[in-house]
Amino acid sequence: MALIELKSLVGGYGGVPILNGVNIAIEQSDIGVIVGPNGAGKSTTLKAIFGLLKVTSGAVVFDGADITNAQPDKLVPRGLSFVPQEKNVFTSMSVEENLEMGAFTRADDYMPTLKWVYDMFPPLLEKRHQKAGELSGGQRQMVAMGRALMSKPRLLMLDEPSAGLSPRYVIEIFEQIVKINKSGVGILMVEQNARQALAFASKGFVLAGGQNRFTGTGAELIADPEVAKSFLGG
Amino acid sequence: MDELIFFINRVLISGTVLGSIYALGAIGVTLIFGILRFAHFAHGDMMTMGAFITFVLAGLVSMLGISVGIPTAILVMPLAMVVTALIALGIDKGFYAPLRKQGVKPVTLLVASIGVTLIIQGLIRLIFGAGTRSLYGNEPKVIFRIDTAWMGGSRPITITEPQVFMIAFTIILVLALHFFLTRSRLGKAMRAMADNADLAQISGINTAVVVRITWLIAGALACVAGTMLALDVALMPDLAFNIVLPIFAAAIVGGLGQVYGAIAGGFLIAFAETMSVFNWSTMLRPFKDIMPSWLAIPDNLALVPTEYKLTVAFVILVITLLARPTGIFKGAST
Amino acid sequence: MSTASESRWFDLDNPVKRGVILFAGIFILIFVVGLIQGGANAGLLLSQALAYALIALGLNIQWGYGGLFNFAIMGLMMVGGTAVMLVSVPVNQSFWAGEGPMMLGRAFLAFLVGLLLVLAARRVDRIGIKGGWRVAVIALAWFAGYVIYRSQIDPAAAYIETNNGFVGGLGLNPVLGWLLGGVVAAVIAYIIGRICLGLRTDYLAIATIGISEILRALVKNMDWLTRGTQTVSPIPWPVPLPQDYQADGVPIVESFIYARFGFFALLLVIFAAIFWLVQRAYGGPWGRMMRAIRDNHIAAGSMGKNVTGRQLELFVLGSILIGMGGAILVTFNQIFDPSSYQPINHTFVVWVMVIVGGAGNNWGALLGAMLIYIVWIISDPLAQVIFVNISNWSQSMGWGAIPEIDSRALQMRVFILGVIITIALRYAPKGLLPEVMRRES
Repeated sequence: MALIELKSLVGGYGGVPILNGVNIAIEQSDIGVIVGPNGAGKSTTLKAIFGLLKVTSGAVVFDGADITNAQPDKLVPRGLSFVPQEKNVFTSMSVEENLEMGAFTRADDYMPTLKWVYDMFPPLLEKRHQKAGELSGGQRQMVAMGRALMSKPRLLMLDEPSAGLSPRYVIEIFEQIVKINKSGVGILMVEQNARQALAFASKGFVLAGGQNRFTGTGAELIADPEVAKSFLGG
Repeated sequence: MDELIFFINRVLISGTVLGSIYALGAIGVTLIFGILRFAHFAHGDMMTMGAFITFVLAGLVSMLGISVGIPTAILVMPLAMVVTALIALGIDKGFYAPLRKQGVKPVTLLVASIGVTLIIQGLIRLIFGAGTRSLYGNEPKVIFRIDTAWMGGSRPITITEPQVFMIAFTIILVLALHFFLTRSRLGKAMRAMADNADLAQISGINTAVVVRITWLIAGALACVAGTMLALDVALMPDLAFNIVLPIFAAAIVGGLGQVYGAIAGGFLIAFAETMSVFNWSTMLRPFKDIMPSWLAIPDNLALVPTEYKLTVAFVILVITLLARPTGIFKGAST
Repeated sequence: MSTASESRWFDLDNPVKRGVILFAGIFILIFVVGLIQGGANAGLLLSQALAYALIALGLNIQWGYGGLFNFAIMGLMMVGGTAVMLVSVPVNQSFWAGEGPMMLGRAFLAFLVGLLLVLAARRVDRIGIKGGWRVAVIALAWFAGYVIYRSQIDPAAAYIETNNGFVGGLGLNPVLGWLLGGVVAAVIAYIIGRICLGLRTDYLAIATIGISEILRALVKNMDWLTRGTQTVSPIPWPVPLPQDYQADGVPIVESFIYARFGFFALLLVIFAAIFWLVQRAYGGPWGRMMRAIRDNHIAAGSMGKNVTGRQLELFVLGSILIGMGGAILVTFNQIFDPSSYQPINHTFVVWVMVIVGGAGNNWGALLGAMLIYIVWIISDPLAQVIFVNISNWSQSMGWGAIPEIDSRALQMRVFILGVIITIALRYAPKGLLPEVMRRES
């Protein structure tokens, strides 16, 4: 059974729907990457899963349970976590406080998880008492991801994690994502850096106009000349 | 030396008391703005309501014949805080939450809070009449007079017992709030929500619970501020209506959503008010002998005539809005 | 959703029908009040309500068209009232004969000097003084200007107050005073607008309340100009007063009716003219542009429209009406009392009128004004009746009468107003006569 399944999802922000029947399925072992041109509905798909906009038709099934249009704060205890593209840290709070907020829904001792996140992102340990708003773009992204990991999710969703980062940070972030996946967290991410992201994707989804266009492993999609021509810039 | 004592009495002590009142009120306003993003105009009347609740409870307690060393009003204040907090929660549930659900604009909530102000004021006047009362009942107002002979002064530093309590209470409340916001999970969740409400929800924070806590805290603080004001002045229906605007000024000057800013803003405005109506020429009197004879000291060197005292707060507000709209501590602007 | 058969003529969804029904309701209400309280009172009610309607129209221009949070209504009304008082009150000969004008002239010069100082200080960056030093120089200039002005105005004020009472008026036609009231309000609004219009919406509200309070403190304490708490009365009318009719032999009751309805007729003509003008503007290209800016001022700004400039225009235009309305009220009541200006009675009541009536719709503003004003006025006697009856009942039960019925009943107004705001916002968040969304084809 898939960890998460989107069945013919239709939805938007009211008015004309942006998603027109999207189908996606991911296992916990997968790194799923959604690519496509601007306006294709990539970020909208993630937001639809997390209850941040209205789904008018279709379903989102997580671990066998229907979570369509559920409240975002109810999804975190279920094992989902989301890193938005923008405004993804609490700028007035320290790094450590940001991470603590990620563990808000946990009733148990989260110190081991905190240590795990610091091990993964050493710069955060160094700057743990600094306000998140004072950090560089790459470090902020680390905080954002760390915050999302503190709830020990089964599925981590990321919206364009490499956006606005220098090439060095992009590589580092992608490496971390692969490591996180290896530790047992399913990944579903939207990416503009299509080639780089698909290189390590076990499942790739190309969306356009709010619908699926191509589906396959990352390697398959890169090798496919049609995909390469239309969506990956040749 | 006497002049210094005069200064201490008139400016330092009354400034501190007024500052405490403004600060506690402004904290409530700034919290509500930070979490709910609207200007809660009814806060002044919530303070008045708190003071009247204290009045009623104090009356009940003294009817029962309970009498301790401290003024009854202060004795019942913790209970009054709880009652006011619960009523504040009820007000949100009844008046504001339904409108929020409909997704109305912030100005509509502001007008709704004006409606609440009028209802509270109307009810208070209906039930208690429009007259002035004292929160002391039959108890005398104890005044401490600190003798200053050892400093060379001929008049004492006067501070009343309620004022001592008020200042102590404020310090305790502010410390408690500080620990709550920086050490407890719920407090940090409040700060998170004020910082970025969407991200807070995404992180799994139950925003409805945070909203409720916000109203409870705001209501409790408003009760203390209102009671303090009534103890210092007198209890009447439009008690706090006149200081709604200085309180808002304090919150804005300190930075909306910033609790420490509200405290700073409250004291800043309070001291500005007391200092600008203070007759500074009294401070110059000791130097009269050493000043040249053609430089006569005018009788009244107050910066602002006393009638304009409340205007000072507005002037500070306007200056802040022009020079640094986000306030001292750089609060929210959108 | 109404079933076709039952609500053909009672259709509240059709804006025109809705308007007609609501206005009919208002007229019936006025008629009933007239029957119970007499024609003279009806004349009073109508005139004052219409004056408030003019003010509500002004706020509708600012909020309904422009989305501007003007909470300085009280201040603008007061300024209008001051203007009409100064224009229409008879000339105070003793003032002009004495030293007063000279001293005031000097004070005015001092004011100009101070103003020039500040303006010059703002330009010091031209001679190389920048940053923190410039701010210090500007602050110093403000302080110096203030001291210079105070040094001249304090003795002038003291002199006038002891010798002449106050400056007196110009003895001209009140209608001229109404126009001047609008103009002065416009000037003040311009100043306020320049300071505040860049601010975020809630901030604008608080800032305008603050400025309004500052204005009130000033006017109330400038005894040499306004007699402060001693008030100025009687203020002349543009149409014959009841006393004039009585002098012609008309009985007292009828004289009040004729006089007040005469005033109302004049007011109606003026109001209708202004209303027509505003409606025309709203429908035309200027109005469309304004609404575009209101609905999305970020987009409009990026399209090159001078958003702040347009907002300033709206603010000033609306304030003209508010100033006029304030002036008209002072004339009608024949007394200028700065202490009578309260935020509740003036600023908030007008906001309630516009929001309950329907922001963005001029007919809504008119309806809201009349409805809220009538409620405001009749809730006092109504509450009295209720309280007296309850009191009689409780007396007969042996519990004693309700004390201070008079003042308590008066407070009822406040409570009822609050309840009406709450109910209106709950069930008609866009107002009784909401803005008619035009299909721009």
